[in-house]
Amino acid sequence: MLEQVIVAGFGGQGVLRIGQMITYAGFAEGKEVTWAPSYGPEMRGGTANCSCVISDEPIGTPVLMEANSIIVMNLPSLHKFEPVVIEGGKLFINSSIIKEKATRTDISVFYIEASDIAAEAGNALGANMVMLGAYVAATGIVQLETLYDLVKQTFTGSKAKFVDSNIECIKAGAEAIKALV
Amino acid sequence: MAVVYKKSEALTDAPLTYCPGCTHGIIHKLVAETLVELGVFDRAIGVGPVGCSALCDFFFACDMFIAAHGRAPAVATGVKRAHPDKIVFTYQGDGDLASIGTAEVVHAAHRGEKITTIFVNNAIYGMTGGQMAPTTLVGQKATTAPEGRSEEHCGKPIRMAEMLATIEGAKFVERVTVNSPANVRKAKAAIKKAFECQIEGKGFAMVEVLSTCPTNWGYSPVEALRWLDENMVPYYPLGNYKNEL
Amino acid sequence: MAKKLMKGNEAIAAAAISAGATHFFGYPITPQSELIEYMARELPKAGGCFLQAESEVAASYMVYGAGGAGARVITSTSSPGLALKQEGLTYMISAGIPCVVVNISRGGPGLGNILPAQSDYFMCTRGGGNGDYYHPCFAPASVQECVDLVRHAFDVADKYRMPVLVLGDGMTGQMMEPCEIPPRQEVKADKPWAADGNHVARGEHNRINAMDLQADVLEAKNEDIQRRLKEIAETEVMYETVDVEDADIVFVAYGTSSRAVKNVLSKAKAEGLKMGLIRPISLWPFPTEAFDKIKKDCKAVIAVEQSCGQMVEDVRLAVLGRWPVEFYGRSGGNPIIPDDVLKMAKDILGGK
Ligand SMILES: Cc1ncc(C[n+]2csc(CCOP(=O)(O)OP(=O)(O)O)c2C)c(N)n1
Ligand code: SF4
Ligand SMILES: [Mg+2]
Repeated sequence: MLEQVIVAGFGGQGVLRIGQMITYAGFAEGKEVTWAPSYGPEMRGGTANCSCVISDEPIGTPVLMEANSIIVMNLPSLHKFEPVVIEGGKLFINSSIIKEKATRTDISVFYIEASDIAAEAGNALGANMVMLGAYVAATGIVQLETLYDLVKQTFTGSKAKFVDSNIECIKAGAEAIKALV
Repeated sequence: MAVVYKKSEALTDAPLTYCPGCTHGIIHKLVAETLVELGVFDRAIGVGPVGCSALCDFFFACDMFIAAHGRAPAVATGVKRAHPDKIVFTYQGDGDLASIGTAEVVHAAHRGEKITTIFVNNAIYGMTGGQMAPTTLVGQKATTAPEGRSEEHCGKPIRMAEMLATIEGAKFVERVTVNSPANVRKAKAAIKKAFECQIEGKGFAMVEVLSTCPTNWGYSPVEALRWLDENMVPYYPLGNYKNEL
Repeated sequence: MAKKLMKGNEAIAAAAISAGATHFFGYPITPQSELIEYMARELPKAGGCFLQAESEVAASYMVYGAGGAGARVITSTSSPGLALKQEGLTYMISAGIPCVVVNISRGGPGLGNILPAQSDYFMCTRGGGNGDYYHPCFAPASVQECVDLVRHAFDVADKYRMPVLVLGDGMTGQMMEPCEIPPRQEVKADKPWAADGNHVARGEHNRINAMDLQADVLEAKNEDIQRRLKEIAETEVMYETVDVEDADIVFVAYGTSSRAVKNVLSKAKAEGLKMGLIRPISLWPFPTEAFDKIKKDCKAVIAVEQSCGQMVEDVRLAVLGRWPVEFYGRSGGNPIIPDDVLKMAKDILGGK
């Protein structure tokens, strides 16, 4: 198994967090993992992205030129990364924010109203967790339970109150995928 | 239609890259307007620093240099010595001028270098993401002072205006801020005098401008203006420290 | 000991603390800021001293002082900052001061940019200061190797009494991978030469300096430096090889670019092509001996670097005309593109 995924969007949409959660979950399940952020001047107000690799084998470069899966949270990211998905790969689009459709026909495209779904789940800032749930449900790269455990480990002490709403968002994202396939 | 406001011809049309609410932009505007009003824009040469204003060579419409971190006064010295008839200014942050470049500014002042230095003190390293500056206030948190600056460990914040005023070659030194319309007017008057000091061939001139960094201070733009007033101004008193014009 | 996910920059800092470092002096610069910020947070908790210097020049002389007084000391920076530290480094070579210097390099020349690049190879191996010397220099390719090599670098520095460099790039510093940090060791290294103020007990005073006015004295010092460098060249070589013996094409790449070459190797293998990799881990001393494994009728040795061609000069010296040497490079912070490297290799095999 070799999963290469790029997550992209505006800074502040939690895209690096999605990538980290995928990476931490792969790590928790005993897989080889790397996570590499784009960093640089474009980070200020601009777009942010990160690359994650989850594999059974030792991993080569953490810098991805192509990916099995792409998760995009804004329009510039769709334009930039749609061409990078390998044939037969998967493209996850936050369609609450991105009103355009993908143009590729040789890949599976999933439109998820992530921001709306998150708002319904009572966590307006949880669109990234919805996308994460959708991605994991569609690819099966890691178990959803592993994500729930991670959320519990991440939000502790005064932040423990965020555990349930984040798990709700992940679940809602996974449900949205069920409805699509 | 009457023109109410026009962007200074000393600024280019390039959009500023500063964060929302950052006062670097206001200070650019004051410098640009002053150059035009004094009629020296056509013979001005600027030297920018390394810091958030490292892209100011795109913003000021005169000939511009960007120096290595802290070295702007040395670069400006070279420029002025090559072109004594030009009006040469440096625009520097507090990490740039008061930390890595302290020696350069002290000696430019000491030589009485006929340049004008605009010193933007925001009590933090803006560009690199909020590390402690020599001007960071005691107790103020920074990414390299996670518990807040401790006087015991790294001393009190450095007061550059007071220090440079003691140097004979410095002929005009003033500290201003830009957190209210009244203060912006005073800042502009000081910047004007600092350039006049150079035009009259008197010697080194510096204006220290207390400035905000909402991004790394972690405040909204309005809160940042207030924080500046309540915390920076008491430690860095505004006013003229030297005027031998 | 449990593995955890860490950024390279943080892992380097944690490894230095675990290696018993007691002092850190540095100046903020991207893309190594997480390293200095981790040190600011964690070194005092371990009983050590973190101090932000007013410049890289000052930082390097704080290292000179603390290291000369016997402390286990480290500094870190990125390319333009290392350029400023070169003066301190040549003084430390002369004075025989052990320390670890980390360079998380970025695009140059000049202020360049903050993206990953490998264009500091010359500055890190040859040294950019005046005088006769090389720098022992280790180049990690993974976060775990960041940990292992930083720890190793302290021991090499102490053993040979000289600065040892660890060279990563922006990607090494920013990427996150699993790693294991050993518990902190308290080091009681014997440093009888240190100017630690114990002259009365010692019965003589120690002198740390970088000036020798008499020709014979300075020549003797140079001979001693060269003797230590020779011993390092003989004993401290580190490298990894992958499928070199049988390869028709051998790549040479270190750090981040070696990771991209590993992707090239798996693609080549899938196509039934025989390609191998020599990955220098010590850049100086350069692993010349690894090239003896290459078969006689290998078609080419290709140096792959995120630079305009620096290590390739050492590759030519190691190859000594035995095989054609080619170069693939990107600069400005651009990454190596595995498909382009593979195409270049195939073109060579195809006689193009
Ligand atoms: C030799 C060198 N060291 C470090 C840096 C990294 N660096 C870039 S900007 C900066 C600090 C800028 O802070 P300041 O001068 O206060 O300007 P501000 O961004 O706050 O306006 C530093 C340390 C560099 N570019 N060159
Ligand atoms: S980081 Fe601070 S100083 Fe820099 S542009 Fe933003 S607000 Fe201004
Ligand atoms: Mg500043």
